[in-house]
Amino acid sequence: MQRYSAFAVAREALGYHQGWERAWGAPEPRAEYDVIVIGAGGHGLATAYYLAKNHGITNVAVLEKGWLGGGNTGRNTTIIRSNYLQEPSAAIYELSRGLYEDLSQKLNFNIMFSPRGVLMLCQTEHELRALRRTAHANRLAGIETEMVDVARVKKLCPIIETSGPRFPVLGGLWQPRGGTARHDAVAWGYARAASDLGVHVIQRCEVTGIDVSGGRVTGVQTSKGPIRARKVAMVVAGHSGVLAEMAGFRLPVESVALQALVSEPIKPCMDIVVMANTVHGYMSQSDKGEMVIGGGADGFNNYTQRGSFHHIEETVRALKETFPMISRLKMLRQWGGIVDMTGDRSPIISKTPVEGIFINCGWGTGGFKAIPGSGWATAAMIANGGDRVADPFSLDRFREGRMIDESVAAAVAH
Amino acid sequence: MTAHRLPSGGLLIDRARPVEFRFNGKPVKGFAGDTLAAALLASGRTLMGRSFKYHRPRGVVAAGVEEPNALMCVGEGPRATPNQRATMVEIAPGMSARSQNHWPSLEWDVGAVNAAIASVAPVFSAGFYYKTFLFPRIAWKHLYEPVIRQSAGLGPAPEGVDPDEYEHLHAFADVLVIGAGMAGLAAARAAAEAGARVIVAEQGPRAGGRLLSESDIEIGGMPGADWAAGEAAALAAMPNVTLLTRCQGAGLYDHGYALLDEEPKEGPSRRLWRVRAKRIVIATGAIERPLAFANNDLPGVMLAGAVRDYLALWAVAPGREIVVFANNDDAYRTALAAHLAGLTVKAVIDCRAEAAGALPEAARAAGIAVRTGMIVAKAKGGKALKSVLVAKRAADGRVAGALEEIGCDVLAMSGGWSPAVHLFSHCGGKLRWDEAQAMFRPAPERGAPTGADGEVNTFVAGAANGLLSTAEGLADALAAGARAASDLGFSAVAAEAPSATEPGMTPLQPLWFTPSVGKYAHGTKHFLDFQNDVTAADVELAAREGYESIEHAKRYTTLGMATDQGKLSNINGLATLANALAAPIPEVGTTTFRPPWTPLSLGSIAGRDAGTLFKPVRRTPMHDWHEANGADWEPVGEWRRPFTYRRAGESREASVAREVRAVREAAGMLDASTLGKLLVTGPDAGRFLDLLYTNMMSTLKPGACRYGLMCNENGFLFDDGVVARLPNGDFLCHTTTGGAERVHGWMEEWLQTEWPELKVHVANLTEQFTQIAVAGPKAREILQPLTGMDLSASALPFMGIAEGEMAGIPVRLFRISFSGELSYEIAAPAHRGRALWDAIREAGAGQGIQPYGTEALHVLRAEKGFIMIGDETDGTVTPQDLGLSWAVSKKKADFIGKRAQERPFLSHPERERLVGLETLEPGKRLPDGAYAVADPAAKTPEVIGRVTSSYLSPTLGRAIALGLVKRGPERMGEVISFPLEKGEVMQARIVDPVFYDKEGARQNV
Repeated sequence: MQRYSAFAVAREALGYHQGWERAWGAPEPRAEYDVIVIGAGGHGLATAYYLAKNHGITNVAVLEKGWLGGGNTGRNTTIIRSNYLQEPSAAIYELSRGLYEDLSQKLNFNIMFSPRGVLMLCQTEHELRALRRTAHANRLAGIETEMVDVARVKKLCPIIETSGPRFPVLGGLWQPRGGTARHDAVAWGYARAASDLGVHVIQRCEVTGIDVSGGRVTGVQTSKGPIRARKVAMVVAGHSGVLAEMAGFRLPVESVALQALVSEPIKPCMDIVVMANTVHGYMSQSDKGEMVIGGGADGFNNYTQRGSFHHIEETVRALKETFPMISRLKMLRQWGGIVDMTGDRSPIISKTPVEGIFINCGWGTGGFKAIPGSGWATAAMIANGGDRVADPFSLDRFREGRMIDESVAAAVAH
Repeated sequence: MTAHRLPSGGLLIDRARPVEFRFNGKPVKGFAGDTLAAALLASGRTLMGRSFKYHRPRGVVAAGVEEPNALMCVGEGPRATPNQRATMVEIAPGMSARSQNHWPSLEWDVGAVNAAIASVAPVFSAGFYYKTFLFPRIAWKHLYEPVIRQSAGLGPAPEGVDPDEYEHLHAFADVLVIGAGMAGLAAARAAAEAGARVIVAEQGPRAGGRLLSESDIEIGGMPGADWAAGEAAALAAMPNVTLLTRCQGAGLYDHGYALLDEEPKEGPSRRLWRVRAKRIVIATGAIERPLAFANNDLPGVMLAGAVRDYLALWAVAPGREIVVFANNDDAYRTALAAHLAGLTVKAVIDCRAEAAGALPEAARAAGIAVRTGMIVAKAKGGKALKSVLVAKRAADGRVAGALEEIGCDVLAMSGGWSPAVHLFSHCGGKLRWDEAQAMFRPAPERGAPTGADGEVNTFVAGAANGLLSTAEGLADALAAGARAASDLGFSAVAAEAPSATEPGMTPLQPLWFTPSVGKYAHGTKHFLDFQNDVTAADVELAAREGYESIEHAKRYTTLGMATDQGKLSNINGLATLANALAAPIPEVGTTTFRPPWTPLSLGSIAGRDAGTLFKPVRRTPMHDWHEANGADWEPVGEWRRPFTYRRAGESREASVAREVRAVREAAGMLDASTLGKLLVTGPDAGRFLDLLYTNMMSTLKPGACRYGLMCNENGFLFDDGVVARLPNGDFLCHTTTGGAERVHGWMEEWLQTEWPELKVHVANLTEQFTQIAVAGPKAREILQPLTGMDLSASALPFMGIAEGEMAGIPVRLFRISFSGELSYEIAAPAHRGRALWDAIREAGAGQGIQPYGTEALHVLRAEKGFIMIGDETDGTVTPQDLGLSWAVSKKKADFIGKRAQERPFLSHPERERLVGLETLEPGKRLPDGAYAVADPAAKTPEVIGRVTSSYLSPTLGRAIALGLVKRGPERMGEVISFPLEKGEVMQARIVDPVFYDKEGARQNV
C-alpha cells in the first residue's frame, strides 16, 4: 500500500499527482471465500478489516450492491460518543470510541476524528436527574464524562441561549473525548486498509439469494454469479430484513427514515457537539463550516432515502429556541437514511438460526459511532464463535427479555 | 472600470428611482429593480468574492440562482445574513452588503497564499486532507483542524436573536405550476382555462423567464416578452389562479406536497407556502453550462446567457470587449446582443468544425468574427480578465497549432443547456441521458412522482423537459397543463399552440473539457465547481484512485457540494469523470438532487412558531394565581407546574419542607389539573382497558376507583394512574402529566391498528377539567362546609367517587391519595377552576391550608414508598420489580406485556427490585442516580443497584431514598456502598420502601 503522508502528497504534487495508486482494488469475485460479508458500509468493511487484521482471516469478500459507504455510513451526522447508560452499550461504544482515537494512524487514512466533546443538555429537572445517573454509570464503566453547570455550558458553546424562556438550560452531561469524524473517510479508510490485507471489496455486486443446505449456509447468489462460503455475515442495516428473508428467518427489526440536514457553510461558531433531548435535536459544525443538524425519524416504516419535511420543521423550530442564531442560516440540503430499529433500540450482533450466518444490524439511529467497535466485535464473533462485547447483543435476548434499553438516556435519535 | 451601465434599456430597472446602498462600507448607486450583482457591475465592480479553498478572486458568473461566486453577507447586526447570492438580492435603499471569506480585504486576501502555493506545486489536490495531517496524532485537534476550520466556512456566523417574522401559509391547488417562464405560463393557462384551481410560482420578480432576455423570439406574432406579459396579466385576472413572483419551488415531497419559498415585497420577511397539489407541472427551464478551460474562473468569465440577461434586464454591460466561446448556436445571441448594445465583439470561438445556423450567419452578417474549430486554451488576467489564448482544436480535443491572444474583458461561455430537473428528482423522478442534446432529461417512463392514489401526479414541461426550442416547448407545456387538468376531470380544451418563431438552431457538439496546452493538469486550473475550487484534474485524480462512482468522486473532491449544489458543475463533472473512466456518461450516473432547490432559510422553516409560540406553555386555570404567589416553575411536559411556592427570603429547600409539613400536619392543596384525563366509553370499554392495563378494570363498579398500571409490549411499566368508573359506567383514566398525549396515542394506535373491532371511543379531556388535590388530616373539615355531599368515611370511603356541588360549582370527588394522607381530588369544569381554588383556599385558611408544589408532592409520595413514573421506571422496569405484583392480574387471559413478562429474564430472581434506602449519616442525601456496587474497592466494580429517588424527608427528619437493588427485598437491613466522585463512598441500609405510616392509618380515616 502506498503510504499517505504530507511528504507523499508533496512528492506526488511535484509529479502532478499522476503517481497515486488506487485506494482499494477492483477485483472480480473468486468462486469461494472463507467469509463473505454482505454490505460494504462502515460496519461491513470494519468487520472485514478486523477479520484480516486481528484474526488473520484474509480470504474475505465484502459484497456491495451499490458503492461502498453509500448507505448510512455516508448519511449520518458523524457524532461519536460513548456516554451510554447500560453496561453492554457502554462497553461497545467505548471500545469503539477508543478505536476511533488512533484510527487515522492505524488505517493510514485521515478519518478526521476530532474529540471536540459532546454535550447533552438538561432542560428539565427530570433530564437533569436522568443524566446525573448516566454520569454515575459512566464513571463506574470507566468512561470519562461529567455533569457541568450552566456557566460551563455557556463557555463550552457560547451560541446556546441558556435562559430559555421555554426550556432554560439547567446543566449538561459533558463527554470531552466524544466528537465527530469524517464519515465517508471511515468507509474509505477501512476499504483501503482491508484491501491492502487481501480482502476483496466488490462493488456493484448485489446478493440475490442465500444458499442454505441442511440448515447451514453454503454460499450466496449474486448479480456477478454464485459465490461459495461457509460463513456469511449480513451487515446491511436498513435492508437486513430483506436478506434475512432470503435465508429463511425473520428479524425483530423495523426500518424507518431518519431525517437530517446541513446548513450552508459559515465561519466557525461552534466547537462542540450539542444534543438537546428535550427539544429533540442535535447540532455540530463540520470542518467545512456547515451546521450539521439531526432530528427525528419518520413515523411510519419505509425504505425511501428521501427527506420529508415535517420532522425537519420540528427539529429546526426546536433548535432555533436553543440556538437563536440559526434562524438566519439556510438549509443547504436534507436527506433521509434508513435506520433499522429493534424493540429495545439496541443493535443485534449475533449468530442466526442458520448455521454459518452471522448478523450485525439494528443500530438504529446510532450506528456511525459504533463502526470500529462493531467491526471488532463482529470479527471476533465470526472468528471465535463468540465475543465478550458482542454476546449481550445476541438475538436470544428478545426471547429471553434481556433487553438493553437506552431510551432513558437518549430520548432523542442520534 | 470596464463594466458599466448602458444609456438606455433595462426591462427590470426603474431609472426614475435611484437607490443607494453600501458595499464593503462604500456607497454604491443603482436603480430600483437592480440586483446586487447588476448594480455592482454597473458601478464597474467585477471582483465580488473569494473562492473556498484557494481564495482566488471571483466575479459573478451567472445572473440567477445558479451563481456560485458572488456570495455576500447582506444586512447588519442581528439581520446580517451570510451567503446571499448577489444575483438574487434586490437592492434597497440603505442596504449593506459585504463580500466574504477574505482577510484583510476583498482586494488583498492573505488566504490567496493557498493559490500561490498551489501554483508552485498542487499540494491541495482533491482529498489531500485524507492523506495528510496524520502525525503527530495530537496535532489534528490542536493545530491542523483549528487552522482548517478557520480558513473554511464562507460567510460570518449570524449573531443574536433574529428579529424578522416568518410566515407559513397552507394552500391547496388542483394544479401547481413551478416556474412562470414560457412553459409555466402556457401550462398554467391551459390548466386554468379548463377550470382547475392553479397556483403558479415564479422565482424571479417578473414572469417570462428567458423570453425577457431574448429579442429574437416571437410568440403569437408579438415579441416573446410582450406575449409573456399578456399571459401573466391574463392569469392574474383569473379568479381560479394565484400567480406568485419572488417565490421559488423549494422542494417536492410525497403525494403532491410542495414547498414554495416566497420573499414578499411587503409583510413578513419570508413566507413558506405549504401546498398540497393534485397535479404538479415543473417548468423550471434549463441552466447553462460553463466550459472547463484553464483559468475559467477569472472575473469577467461569465455564462453567455447571463451576459444577455445583464444587458436586457438591467442594461448593464459586464465589459467593453467581448469574446464568446461556445459549442452551440444559442450563444451567438450573446454576440449579437453585445454588438447591438454597442460593445466590441472580438470573436466568437466555436469548437464546432462549422457553424452554419441562422444565428452564426446573423453574427457574420453583423461583421462579427466567427472562428470555428477553435477553443479557448486559457484565460489570462489577475483580478480581472485581460485576454484569452485561442487555438485550433485537434481531433483528440487538445490544442493544436499556434496560440493566438485576443484581448478582452468579458468571455461569454456556453457549453449548452441542462434541464433543471432538480424538483422532478426530489421525489423519485428518474432521468435518462439524451445523447443528441448532451443532457439528462426527465424519463417518467422509468419513474415519476406519484400521488396517494399511486397515479403519476407530476409532469415536466418545456426546457425542463429537454425541449429547448420555443415551438416544441410551448406545445409541450400546453399539453402538460391540459393533461394535468383533464386528469382531474376538468374538460381541457385542446388549445391551439400560438405560432412561435425563432432562429433555427443547428446541433451542439458536446465539449466537456478543453485542456490547455502541454501537460494541461500541471499548474493551471480548469474549474468545474467554482465555489469549492474543484478542477478537472481533481476529478481525474479521484478516478485514478478508484473513486469511480459519481458519489465517491463527488464526496472525495467536494464537486457539487457547495451552496449552489452543483447547478453549474454537475454535468461537466460527470462527463469529466466518465471521460477519465472511459465509460459512457449514463453508466457513471448522476447524483440525487435533494431538497431544497436553493438554500432555504431556517427561520422560514421554523415559521411563526418561535419564541413564545414555540411549544406554547399550557396553562391551568390557576396558572396566574401560582405566578402571583411565588411559584418556582418547573417544565413538565408542555406545562409548567409550581415546583414550590417560595416565600420572601425562603430557600427552595425550606419552602418544600414547609409545604410537606403543612400536608402532614394540617392540609395542603395541589393543582393537579395537568394530570391526563382520558374518557373511555363504549360497550367494549371494559374489555379494552383489561387489555391495556395490567390489572382488571372491567370489574370496577361504577362509583369506584382503582390504581392501574400500563406496560408496553416488552412488559415494562410506562404509565400509571387512577382509573375511575363514573356513576354512568364510563371509564375516566388518569395518566401522568407528561404521559397524557402518549397514552392517548397509545390507546388510539391499538384501537385503530390492532383491535378495530372493539367498540370503544377515547376522548382526551385533560383540559376540560381542572383538578385540585386537598390532602392532610384537616382535609375533610375544610371541605365539608363547602358542600352538601356527605364526605364522611362511610359515605365516601377510600377509592370512592361522589358527584355534586362544592362552593356552588359542579364537582366530582375522587377519594384517592398520593401522599398517604386523608385526601380528596376534586374535579370541576375548567372555567370554574380558579373559583374553586379560591373557595377552598379561603375555607382552609383558618386551618392552615397551604398550596404545595411538585417537589413536596414527590417527597410525600417517596415517604410513602409510592413509585413515580420516570423516576422508579426507565423503560426497563416491570411492575413486579417495583413490588406491584398485586396490580398485575393473574386471572386475565391477556394484557399488553403479559407474554413479555413471562420471559426468563423478566422473572429472574437476580433482578433489581424496589427497596428503601437510609443513609448511615441521616443528614446526608444519596445523590440521584448513584449506583451501588458489591465491592467499591474492586477495579471493575459489580453494580448491584441504584438510587431512583432521593430526598430529605422533613417528616422523618432524615434522608430517604428509593432504589432498585438486586434481590433487594431479600436483603433487608444490609448496608450497601455507593461510590461517588473523587473516591467518596456513601453507605446506606436497605429498608422497607414505605418509610411512613406503613399501615395506612392516616388515609383510612
